[in-house]
Amino acid sequence: MLSIIVFLPLLAAVVLAALPQLDDRAARWSWVVVSLVELVLVGVVWARYETPAPGTLAFEEQVAWIPGVGSSYHVGVDGLSLPLVALTAVVFAACAVYGLREQDRPRLQAALFLFLQSMCLGLFVAADLIVFFVFFDLSIVGMYFAIAGWGHGQAARSALKFFLYTFLGSLALLLGFIGLYVASRPRTFDMVALAAEPPLLDDGFTGGLVLAAVLLGLAVKTPTVPFHTWLPPAHTDAPAIGSAVLAGVMLKMGTYGFVRIAMPMLPAAWRDWAWVIIAVGIVSVLYGALVALAQTDLKRMIAYTSVNHMGYVVLAVGAAGVVAGSDEQARSVAVTGAVTQMVSHGLITGALFLLAGVLYDRTATYDMGAYGGLAKPAPRFAACFAVGAFASLGLPGFSGFIAEFQVFAGSIAAAPVTALALPGILLTAALFLLALQRLLTGPTAGASVGFTDLRAAELWSVAPLLGLALLIGVLPRTLLDVVEPAAEVVVRLVGR
Amino acid sequence: MGTAMQPSALLPEICLLLGALVALLGGSFLPRQRQWVARLVAVVALLASAAAALVALGDPARLVYTDTFAVDGATTAARVVAAAATLLVVGLGVDELAGGHQESETYTLLLLSTLGAVVMAGAADLLVLAVGFLLASIPLYGLIGLSRTPRAAEAALKTYLLGALFGITMLLGVSVLYGVAGTTTYTSLTAGLQEAPPAAVALGVVAVLAGLMFKAGGVPGHFWVPDAAQGAGITAAAFVTTVPKVGALVAAYRLVEAVPGTAGTGLLVASVAVLSMTLGNLAAYAQTDPRRLLGWSTVSQVGYLLVPVAVAGRSDLALPSLLLYLAAYAVTNLAAFAVVAALPGHRTLSDYRGLGRHRPWLAGALLVSLLGLVGTPPTAVFVGKLTTASAAWDGGLPWLAVAVLVNTLASLFYYLRWLAPVVARTEPGAAAPAPRPFAEVAAVLAAAASLLLGVMSGVVLNALA
Repeated sequence: MLSIIVFLPLLAAVVLAALPQLDDRAARWSWVVVSLVELVLVGVVWARYETPAPGTLAFEEQVAWIPGVGSSYHVGVDGLSLPLVALTAVVFAACAVYGLREQDRPRLQAALFLFLQSMCLGLFVAADLIVFFVFFDLSIVGMYFAIAGWGHGQAARSALKFFLYTFLGSLALLLGFIGLYVASRPRTFDMVALAAEPPLLDDGFTGGLVLAAVLLGLAVKTPTVPFHTWLPPAHTDAPAIGSAVLAGVMLKMGTYGFVRIAMPMLPAAWRDWAWVIIAVGIVSVLYGALVALAQTDLKRMIAYTSVNHMGYVVLAVGAAGVVAGSDEQARSVAVTGAVTQMVSHGLITGALFLLAGVLYDRTATYDMGAYGGLAKPAPRFAACFAVGAFASLGLPGFSGFIAEFQVFAGSIAAAPVTALALPGILLTAALFLLALQRLLTGPTAGASVGFTDLRAAELWSVAPLLGLALLIGVLPRTLLDVVEPAAEVVVRLVGR
Repeated sequence: MGTAMQPSALLPEICLLLGALVALLGGSFLPRQRQWVARLVAVVALLASAAAALVALGDPARLVYTDTFAVDGATTAARVVAAAATLLVVGLGVDELAGGHQESETYTLLLLSTLGAVVMAGAADLLVLAVGFLLASIPLYGLIGLSRTPRAAEAALKTYLLGALFGITMLLGVSVLYGVAGTTTYTSLTAGLQEAPPAAVALGVVAVLAGLMFKAGGVPGHFWVPDAAQGAGITAAAFVTTVPKVGALVAAYRLVEAVPGTAGTGLLVASVAVLSMTLGNLAAYAQTDPRRLLGWSTVSQVGYLLVPVAVAGRSDLALPSLLLYLAAYAVTNLAAFAVVAALPGHRTLSDYRGLGRHRPWLAGALLVSLLGLVGTPPTAVFVGKLTTASAAWDGGLPWLAVAVLVNTLASLFYYLRWLAPVVARTEPGAAAPAPRPFAEVAAVLAAAASLLLGVMSGVVLNALA
């Protein structure tokens, strides 16, 4: 089942790429159809999902691949990965709908994004480090071509920076994986086996180095301060759906790696370095918010809020490593909040980047100063953007509130110092209100004059994302019932 | 142990030799427009050699001809990889060579040099190694000079002079080792060198390794590689950057394993490896001619290939990873050369602009081969790099694994300089001249093989282990 979900988009991508005579309309619609089928398949998995026993996975599949180095094609889902698999399917479906208006080589774009979807889904279901790495690396390659091929501005330059920077991260990650492999007995790359019997428990020095390599890889991808500098140019010059996928799905690969790989496989080193991770999280929250506040370019601003939002996740997983003097339940709440934040950020930021794409599509500028009074000519755009902004700043009723509330409730109980990050919420609120004011209110002027409101494809891609964020905010149990047991398992593994 | 003559054990080599002789003699009598018969002879000889090698797959390892030649998994792998690689070279060179002045002579030289490479790979005796070295080298000079352009002449002369220098160095090393050990056979070399003065052993080993580095095209014997890659005909360039490495690196592995006190030798090889990968990468940065870029890229690839040699005998992964990486490197590098061969008019990287639009298959092959050379999964070189880096860490040299990954990152930059114009947006304009058909097919096949070998690497590694 999972393999079908992972490889169906890849198959569709190959078919689309191999049919040059296919007309553009058919290509666009077949992309939408495939992504909706994916959505249905993921829905079936979610409906049939039952929390697996600790240390095991649901819907497991395993086939020998490179037995010589203890690596197999091993996939499965649990409460950490299933929400992200669902998020991936949702965000890519939204992008497919948004792509219905694409004029520039739509067939190739559809093929490329279907390929990317396969890579993202494969990464989240991977239960073998090499399989994980294969999808991690190929998602970078795919995103490079998405930015270089369909971006604007200095797309080639930004794409190169993105590729080099994140490739550095992926190689650091590979180094860490090799370290785990060499230290494991028997030698294996299998995630389940490594989490069951973590290597390097009594070798603090090597364990620290391996964790450093893994953390470097994940920190570049997440990104956290100070490894975030690739993010703003990549987002600014990427096409709208590229940004939505990059922020909505691909940033989660980094944070997912924390809870899936670093914490269960290197628990001793994680506890030793928990304070560093917390510090990086606090700095990311505050720095991201402050720099976002200073932006006049809307897309750069949203990009920096991603650094801020991912900072909450880093903060929470760091606090989960502070075992001494804190109770397990608090730490488990923090991890649950972190996973919820990944989903919430994916939905909301995906929607915001698609809306930013609408702005660029109409007027070819992201400069907030060029607009004013957009609410009058474009009420639907204004409504969607306002909802997205309020959801992103953590208004109760939206998923962001559920996530950030749990992050702070758990983290402050485990490590009171994390309260230092609280002003981040205030700053985010300020910057989104400021953006709303600049773009939507006042007399209609500048680029806002004659602005065409959201078209059907745009509305139908953005609104479902925001709707889901609202649904999670109002009825969080559907999500939390899946996440909470897995979060408890991770917290127990770190506490070993 | 094997003391009697066992010609059947050398069937793959005999096929190559016969093929070379028939191609040479037959070629002299064939009219210009019927030289394809010589090509057929070469192809049959290569297929027969590879098939004969594969038949022996899984047989227990043994030494033949008074312990001077090893018939084991490594030799089998080298035989198959060398024959398959030469077959690809013949395929990508058809367009260039067909009906030319020296078609049959080229095939003869290719087969003889392949034979030399295989002999080097199997050599379990320093003197056999020296014979293999000469047999692999002398045809190279001819191959590089065959195209009779001023650049080719310069490259041939440079290769010849360096080859002579390093050949003599190697023979000196062989003499020194024989002098202190009293034997040249690897089986008794280990014992013979135990009591020998360390300085003499070190001198001998370094000198022999230097010779091998000339063949492999690694530091310090790499100076001829970029010139040959740029100046020689594309068939010769593809061959000299691929097949000799197979022989030289397996030979280096056997030598390092045979010499006692492998830690010191391992460190030496490890530093040569780091120098090769770093220098190759740095020099490739500024290149604008794709052939010269590929030439430097092969220098850096030798660096990665030397990593398992550095931990020879100290990690179970070392030999399988070396052999897998050699196979992976051969198909991936040849895929890139085949793309260059298919577009002879493209002499700068910017000429490749818009290839993705006009020639999607060639562009796809180039994409797979260049990303493959970087080590992007799921191509075969990725598994090669993964296993060599694991072997390095496992063998007690974690910093060497770090060096491999850092250099991999550095190499991405210049491969992307080539790929960026290929996928760049272009206005639909006049299509470029049609590519050479045989080379295009060879490029697509080699790129597909690179992917397939990566996905099937588990099976291959099992067969090698």
